[in-house]
Amino acid sequence: MSTILLLLVTGIGLGAVYFLVASGLSLIYGLMGVLNFAHGAFLTLGALIGWETARVMGADSWGGFALSLLVGCLVGALLAALTELVLIRPLYERHIEQVLVTVGLNLAAIALFEGIWGTDPVFIQAPTWMGLTTDVLGAQVPNHLFITILVAVLVLAAMVLFLQKTRYGMIIRAGVENRSMVTALGIDVRRAFTLVFTIGGAAAGLGGVLASHYFGYVSPLLGGSLLIFAFIVTVIGGLGSLSGAAVASVLVGVLQQFANYYWSIGDFVVVILLAVVLLTRPSGLMGRKVARA
Amino acid sequence: MSTSTDELTDRQGGSGGQERRSARGRLRSSLTPPPRTRATATGRPGARRRLLGAGAAVAGVAVLALLPLLDLRLPGVLPTATYQPGALQLMALCLLMGAAALTYHLLIGVAGLLSFGHALYVGAGSYLLGILLERTGLGLVPAMLVTLVAVVVLANVTGAVALRVSGIPFAMVTLAFAQAGSVLVRRNPGGSTGGEEGLSLNTDQVPAVLVGVSNTRNLYWLALAVLIVVFAVVSWIQNSRAGHLAEAVRENEDRVRVLGLRPYLAKLLIFVVAGTLAGCVGMVHLLLQSGAVPRTVSADLTISLLVMVVLGGVGSRWGAVLGGVLYTLLDQRLTVLAQSESLQALPAVLRVPLSEPLFLLGSLFVLVVLFLPGGLAGSVRRLSARTGRRRPRRDPAEVLGQAG
Repeated sequence: MSTILLLLVTGIGLGAVYFLVASGLSLIYGLMGVLNFAHGAFLTLGALIGWETARVMGADSWGGFALSLLVGCLVGALLAALTELVLIRPLYERHIEQVLVTVGLNLAAIALFEGIWGTDPVFIQAPTWMGLTTDVLGAQVPNHLFITILVAVLVLAAMVLFLQKTRYGMIIRAGVENRSMVTALGIDVRRAFTLVFTIGGAAAGLGGVLASHYFGYVSPLLGGSLLIFAFIVTVIGGLGSLSGAAVASVLVGVLQQFANYYWSIGDFVVVILLAVVLLTRPSGLMGRKVARA
Repeated sequence: MSTSTDELTDRQGGSGGQERRSARGRLRSSLTPPPRTRATATGRPGARRRLLGAGAAVAGVAVLALLPLLDLRLPGVLPTATYQPGALQLMALCLLMGAAALTYHLLIGVAGLLSFGHALYVGAGSYLLGILLERTGLGLVPAMLVTLVAVVVLANVTGAVALRVSGIPFAMVTLAFAQAGSVLVRRNPGGSTGGEEGLSLNTDQVPAVLVGVSNTRNLYWLALAVLIVVFAVVSWIQNSRAGHLAEAVRENEDRVRVLGLRPYLAKLLIFVVAGTLAGCVGMVHLLLQSGAVPRTVSADLTISLLVMVVLGGVGSRWGAVLGGVLYTLLDQRLTVLAQSESLQALPAVLRVPLSEPLFLLGSLFVLVVLFLPGGLAGSVRRLSARTGRRRPRRDPAEVLGQAG
C-alpha cells in the first residue's frame, strides 16, 4: 500500500514537472500554431543559471533555493521573449519556418551550453529539509516533491486566473479559438504572441529548476529528454488545451512511475498510451473534435 | 495574403474539421515546394533544360565514380588525397547522407509530411542487419532482404498510426515512435544492440571486398550506387500517379477527397517508400562505419536530415543531396577545426562557440531559414533567373514570402 502511495506521489511530482513544460508548449501551439522545439533550451538555461545562482547564494540555504527558482523563471522568460521578437516575429504567418527556426535555435543553444558547462551532469544540492522524507500514511515521500507539486498547482491556478480574468487572457483565449477574427477586430495579436511566449518560457524555466531537484542533477541535455515527454503530454491532452495538458501530465507521470517500478518499461507505456489515444481520440483527451477521414 | 485567406476560409468551414484543417493551413507555408509543372509550361526551353540537366547529372556521376582513382587534394575539405581511405570514407558518408536527405525529401518535399521520426528507419536498417549478421548464419544478401521486409512492416505499422493525424500532431507522433526505438536500442534488450556502446559489425558473412580499410574504395562505390538508386526511385515515385496524388494532397487534401481519391493511401505509400529507402541507407551505413551507434536512431539524426533538406532547398531533389553532402562535410570538418591549435589559442568568448560544430550549423540553419527561403536550390534558381535572358520567373517562395 505504501509503495503504491509513494509511486502515486512521485508520479504526480513528475507530472508536475511535465505540466510546467507542456503548459507553455500547449499555449504557444494553441495561439500561434508553432511547435516550439526550443522550449527544451529555455528549460535547460533556466535550470543551469538557476543552479549557478543557488551555488553563489549557498546551495543548501532556502534563500538560494528561492532565488534559483526566481532566476530560472526570469531567464526562461527572457530567452523566450527574445526568441519570439528576434526569430519568430520576422516569419509571421509562416508556420513551418517558425518551427524550423526553433529547431535550429535548439540545436545551437544546446551545443553552446555543452561548450560552456560540459556534457556531464552536475549533481546538485538543496536545503536539508528537501532531502528528507515525510511519512504520509506509511509512505516515505521525499519533501522536494511537495514543493514541485505546489509550484505546479500555483502556476496552473495563476494561468487559469490570467486567462479567465484579464483582458490579455481574453485576447489569448479568443486568439486560440479564432485568430483571424481577433485580428479582424483590430487587436494586435502579435503582442499577445510575445506575452504567451514569455509566460511559456517562464514556466519552462521554473520547470527546469524543479526538474533539476527532481532528478538531482543539471546538464545541458536535461531539456531534450523532458521535451519529448512534454510533446507527448501535449498531444495526449489535446493541442492548445491547458486543462488537457494538466490532466495528461499527471496521467503520464503516474503511469510512467508505475510501469517503471513494476516492469521497468515506463517510456514504452507512454508511447503506447499515445498510440491508443490517437487511435481512439485523434484530437487528444480535451482537444477540439476532429472530422474523421 | 494568400496564407491568411486560406486560413479564414478554413476556419469558416464549420467547427467539424477546424483543428485538422487549420493545422494543414498552418503547414502550408513558403516552404512548400514550387509546383513542378514549369518545365512543361515553358515548352521547348524546358525540354532543353531537362536535357542539359540530365547531361550534367551523368557527367557528375562519372566524376564521382572516378574520384577513388584520382589523386586530388583539397586541403581543408578532405583529410587526405581522394584515393586514400580517409577521404574515401568521408566522401562515402557524404553520399550516404545525401541519399538519406533524399528519402526525407520524399516526405517533406513531395507529400508535405513533417516527420520527426525518420531516423527510426535508418536505425532499424542498420541495427537489424547488424543483429542478423551477428546472431544468425545468414549471408549478407539474405540478411539484407530480411531486414528490408522488416523495415517495410515497421514503416507500415508506424505510418498507419501516425497518419491518423496530420500537421504538427503528426510530427509529434513520429517523434514519439522514434523515441521508443531510441529507448529500445539504448536499453540493449538481450544484449543485442550493445546499448550506448553500439553494435560492431560481424564481418564473417560479409564478402571480403567490403571489409577492411584497403577496401574503402568499394564501400565508396557502394554508397554512390545507393545514392543513384535512391535518386532513381525517388524520381520515379515523385513522377508516378501516387506521387502526383501525394502532391495534390499536400496542396489541398479536401479537394482530393471530393474527387473520390484516397489521400491516406497516397501518404502512407510515400511514407513507407521513404522509410524503406532510409532503411537501405542504414544498412550501407552499417557496412561503411563497421557498426551501428545509438545516434542513428536518435532525434538528432532526424533533425540533421531536416536541416540538410532545408539547407539544400525544400522541394528540390539535387538540393537535398547537396544539403546532405554539405552538412556532413561541415559537421566533420568543423569538428576537426574545433581541435586545431589556432582555435585553442583564442579567448573563451570566441573559442567556446567556435569549437561546437552544432552551434555553428544550428546558427547557419537559422540564418538560412530567415534570409534564404528556398535554401541553396532556391538561391541558385533566383540567380539563374536574374542572369538568364528568360523573363525572370517569380520564385513561388518569394511570392509567398512577400504575401506573408
